[in-house]
Amino acid sequence: MFGRLDWSAIPITQPIPMITSVVIILVILGALGLVTAKGWWPYLWREWITSVDHKRIGVMYVLLGVVMLIRGFADAIMMRTQQAMAIGGAQGYLEPEHYNQIFSAHGTIMIFFAAMPLVIGYMNFLVPLQLGVRDVAFPTLNSVSFWLTASGALLVNISLFVGEFARTGWLPYPPLSEGTYSPGVGVDYYLWAVQISGIGTLMTGINFVTTVLKMRCPGMSYLRMPMFTWTALASSLLIVAVFPILTATLAMLTLDRYFGFHFFTNEAGGNPMMFMNLIWAWGHPEVYILVLPAFGIFSEIFSTFSGKPLFGYRSMVAATLFICIVAMMTWLHHFFTMGAGAAVNTAFGISTSVIAVGTGVKIYNWIFTMYGGRVRMSVPMLWSMGFIFTFVIGGMTGVLLAVPPADFLTHNSMFLVAHFHNVIVGGVVFALFAGLEFWFPKAFGFRLNEGWGKAAFWFAFIGFWVTFTPLYILGMQGMTRRLQHVNIVEWAPMLQLSLVGVVILIAGAACQVIQLVVSILQRDKLRDTTGDPWDGRSLEWATPSPAPFFNFAVMPNVEGEEAYWGIKQRATEEQQLAPEPNYAPIEMPVNSAVGVYTAFFASVGGFALIWHIWWLAGLALVAAFIGFVVFAWRDVHEFEVPAEEVARIDRARRAARAAVLAQLAQAKGTAS
Amino acid sequence: MLGLGPLFLGGCSGGVLDPVGPVGANDAEILIDALLIMLGIVIPTILLAFWMAWRYRASNTKAKYLPNWSYSGRIEAVVWSIPILTIMFIGGVIWIGSYRLDPFKPLPSKVPPLEVQVVSLDWKWLFIYPQQGIATVNELVVPTGRPVHFKITSASVFNVFFVPRMGSMIYAMPGMVSQVHLQADKPADMFGVSAHFSGDGFSDMQFQVRSVPEADFAAWAQSAKGSSLALNGAAYAQLAKQSRNVQSYAYAAVDPQLFHSIAMMKTPPGPGPEPAGPGHAGREVSTVGRH
Amino acid sequence: MTDLSTFSTSREALLRRREEPVGHDPHAPREAVPGSGHGASGPASKRVIVGYGFWIFLLSDIVMFSCFFAAYAVLQGATAGGPSARDIVDLPRVGVETGALLLSSFTCGLSFAATNVRNKLWTQAFLAITALLGLIFVGLELQEFIELAMAGATPQRSAFLTAFYTLVGCHGLHVSVGGLWLATMMAQLQVKGFRPEIVHRLICFNLFWHALDIVWVGVFSIVYLMGATA
Repeated sequence: MFGRLDWSAIPITQPIPMITSVVIILVILGALGLVTAKGWWPYLWREWITSVDHKRIGVMYVLLGVVMLIRGFADAIMMRTQQAMAIGGAQGYLEPEHYNQIFSAHGTIMIFFAAMPLVIGYMNFLVPLQLGVRDVAFPTLNSVSFWLTASGALLVNISLFVGEFARTGWLPYPPLSEGTYSPGVGVDYYLWAVQISGIGTLMTGINFVTTVLKMRCPGMSYLRMPMFTWTALASSLLIVAVFPILTATLAMLTLDRYFGFHFFTNEAGGNPMMFMNLIWAWGHPEVYILVLPAFGIFSEIFSTFSGKPLFGYRSMVAATLFICIVAMMTWLHHFFTMGAGAAVNTAFGISTSVIAVGTGVKIYNWIFTMYGGRVRMSVPMLWSMGFIFTFVIGGMTGVLLAVPPADFLTHNSMFLVAHFHNVIVGGVVFALFAGLEFWFPKAFGFRLNEGWGKAAFWFAFIGFWVTFTPLYILGMQGMTRRLQHVNIVEWAPMLQLSLVGVVILIAGAACQVIQLVVSILQRDKLRDTTGDPWDGRSLEWATPSPAPFFNFAVMPNVEGEEAYWGIKQRATEEQQLAPEPNYAPIEMPVNSAVGVYTAFFASVGGFALIWHIWWLAGLALVAAFIGFVVFAWRDVHEFEVPAEEVARIDRARRAARAAVLAQLAQAKGTAS
Repeated sequence: MLGLGPLFLGGCSGGVLDPVGPVGANDAEILIDALLIMLGIVIPTILLAFWMAWRYRASNTKAKYLPNWSYSGRIEAVVWSIPILTIMFIGGVIWIGSYRLDPFKPLPSKVPPLEVQVVSLDWKWLFIYPQQGIATVNELVVPTGRPVHFKITSASVFNVFFVPRMGSMIYAMPGMVSQVHLQADKPADMFGVSAHFSGDGFSDMQFQVRSVPEADFAAWAQSAKGSSLALNGAAYAQLAKQSRNVQSYAYAAVDPQLFHSIAMMKTPPGPGPEPAGPGHAGREVSTVGRH
Repeated sequence: MTDLSTFSTSREALLRRREEPVGHDPHAPREAVPGSGHGASGPASKRVIVGYGFWIFLLSDIVMFSCFFAAYAVLQGATAGGPSARDIVDLPRVGVETGALLLSSFTCGLSFAATNVRNKLWTQAFLAITALLGLIFVGLELQEFIELAMAGATPQRSAFLTAFYTLVGCHGLHVSVGGLWLATMMAQLQVKGFRPEIVHRLICFNLFWHALDIVWVGVFSIVYLMGATA
């Protein structure tokens, strides 16, 4: 009746998951209770849960990503602590069965449920604004994408108190992940969570490719798009090209586990090496999916905070597309040591190093953006300089790993672990925090407290290096990754030093949280009244903060690169705003519950499939199909915003802008 | 070149920058060379970035403000050339190094290599010495000055055979035989690991490695023959079951067809853990018993 | 806007230019047509956006199929002592399947021609024939699978059979889901008529059905024709 589920699936005898689960459940119940008591459900349902507005969806993605980032960070703290304690004969506080789940969950959560939602959240929020349009190509599909990602995250978290998570690492290599060696539900939780959210991500990729290629405001040709939009396009192209590989490969493993198929098994001719090839053909482009938008964020920040256009815009576009394409040709460097032979290893070693050309060009272009500029060292710029230092070194260690004989010494060692954290944290995470400071006012209408932001940066930067430099050294000393206990006592000092670094990182995370709380309390003082707090250069800064739901009252007509900068220049020269446009009614998409509905049944269905509750899985599938048909049957897709309403909102924006112009004129007047 | 290694990352003895033989030494040399080439670019770049941010900081009114300057063909040419030239150089290192240090390539030597067959199990290593007719678990002894030809397979899941101080690692895969040629030129007590996560007992996959002079090696092989254990079918079936923290020991005799049989999967792979069952729904328990 | 309900299947109607721009007008001066989404002429029309997005989805689906093709290529020889491709290929039946599917693509195209002139009767008729041919295809394929399984050639027998069943079965699953979609579309069309969003969905369905045809050409060439002559 309930498949292989029964009450003993709850790990009563294991204190850590039990206490964590109970705390999480209480927090969730508390939150739900608060919302109910305050009567916030209608507001939440109307404005957030069923919203198809890309800005709302973007914020929800970022919220999901931040919550999962905290969970992934907690896993990391547990891992570093265990390794610092379990040295020599000591066994630490986490037995292997549990430790192995923790490092698997850490990687899975960080890549699929923290980094991806955060990057996609930024893409969601910014791309339509930067393109001067009202929403993405498929707003309702966008909502479905978000909710499916949330569904995957939910499944991963359910594994904490019902059953267990995978113990195979964040990529479930066979034969270890086959039914013979992992007969429990752990790998199944992984497979369904990643598969469900992967479908959401693929739909996002399709959505953004279509948006960028087919929905730009008049005058915005390709070479007038902001750099972040270019990188969002490249990332989305990669998503469309490689996420199907992930879907297919995980489906093959699922078939092996559920139906006894032989794609990757030890017997009957299965080929585990094929899994390595397929999964890394997805896996390597995946990291570029994450890092390209991060580069885009830095491009925006370097130019805005230097007060100059980005240096070598066309070069940057070329480098981005170059990285996008070459990223799909390097996957074998993840298994140089599998014995493919010198010719194959050489080819992939060279293709991997060649990507450094694209990245190197970008670094130099950012540096020369600062040349001749007036660089303001506010918090986003601090993160950007921290990025240059950290990422360049991380990229360097990547080139070292791209040399096969060097990789023969360092594959799967702590050197590798230090390298990929170096580039992901230094690249993606630093970019996300920089972007947070930069675009928070646009999303919420007030800036973040600068002092706490600087503190958060310094703790993060120093903490990162104190945590990961010892890991580079340990890799050189021969330590391999994923050890639950360490037999060689000489490694103790570096492991303990790394733990000190983790404490510093915790301080950084705390500062980040405090910054948010303090900023909310001080929001009136930090209010962004003009919509353009940083003297920005792209179209999102033309809107008020927060932007109205329709983004632009009238779609802008773009005449050059840096669309908004041109508008500002003209306004300052002419000492007046452009004439008031003819306001026309606007059609906007209606809300839809299909996203949350689909995700609900995806979660139920996923859970049912994990526990082999076949009737429930069938029911969920039928319910999902019914939902699809009901949604497809709707007659009303859009609602109209009357011209007077558009005019009212836009006139308020124009008044604020006129006030700024008057202030500038006065300042110039007193100066001259 | 190599002396810089320990200086750079002080206290690195016992690891990959402290090789005992030619393969490890060549691997490490390539690692250091590549590092130095890259540092030659990376350090000036980082310094340039910080200098640029400092010189053009907003409070520095002495620096020229060029609000519309965003292109220079000459700078572009340099900016593309530096990474291209660096990578061409690294590409050369990659090409030459990959061929020279291909694990399947035998090492030049006047003496014939020692043959060792390696089987990774859950969660220990089996070493078979076909020329000596003995086998060991979790202990590898090799003579100095002579190449050792390893043939490697797995009796369960993927592992990686890796002795950091001897150099190149390579995958141990079920149904396949990979090879690596390594050599120790001086006596040493070393450790080896599995460099690929293989399950709950993975941390115990560490094994002892000793390189000893030729005469001592012969003596050791002779003493192993005094063991009371023989690696026949029944003993192997017992060995293949999942176990952890296995202390090293030797077999006095070993079936000469055993390695081939394991590699061709005529001998079935080792069993996995106890599947999920009553009392632990959904959670597998390793047959070692601990939960 | 022209009153589309007055269209007939006359020759003029069939030759009439589409009322929404899709790309460039070959008879007009060379500049981007507003609504096409080309260049700097502003956002594309809904029809272009929907079609383009669905086309991108199809490309991603083809990537997924290529993974199954790759797995098939790798595992072709891994017969584990069981039947090989030559032993399981039944060319006559595959011939009928192929004929049915290709014909269904043709009838699907005919239904879209009827859609273009807004003729509901013929649209539905040809969609129904398409569905029937698709059903024949899936039915024959199921029959093939069942016969093979009863003879012991199950997907659990060997890696080769795993890859065979998965590749062919994935395509069959797409055809089946397409059939379900087709039925839903026919119902919608009947109730709502040729509303713009219904026409857009019919465009997508057509793209989907033709793409399945292309994939089938790949499947029957690589699996069946090459398998029979291996």
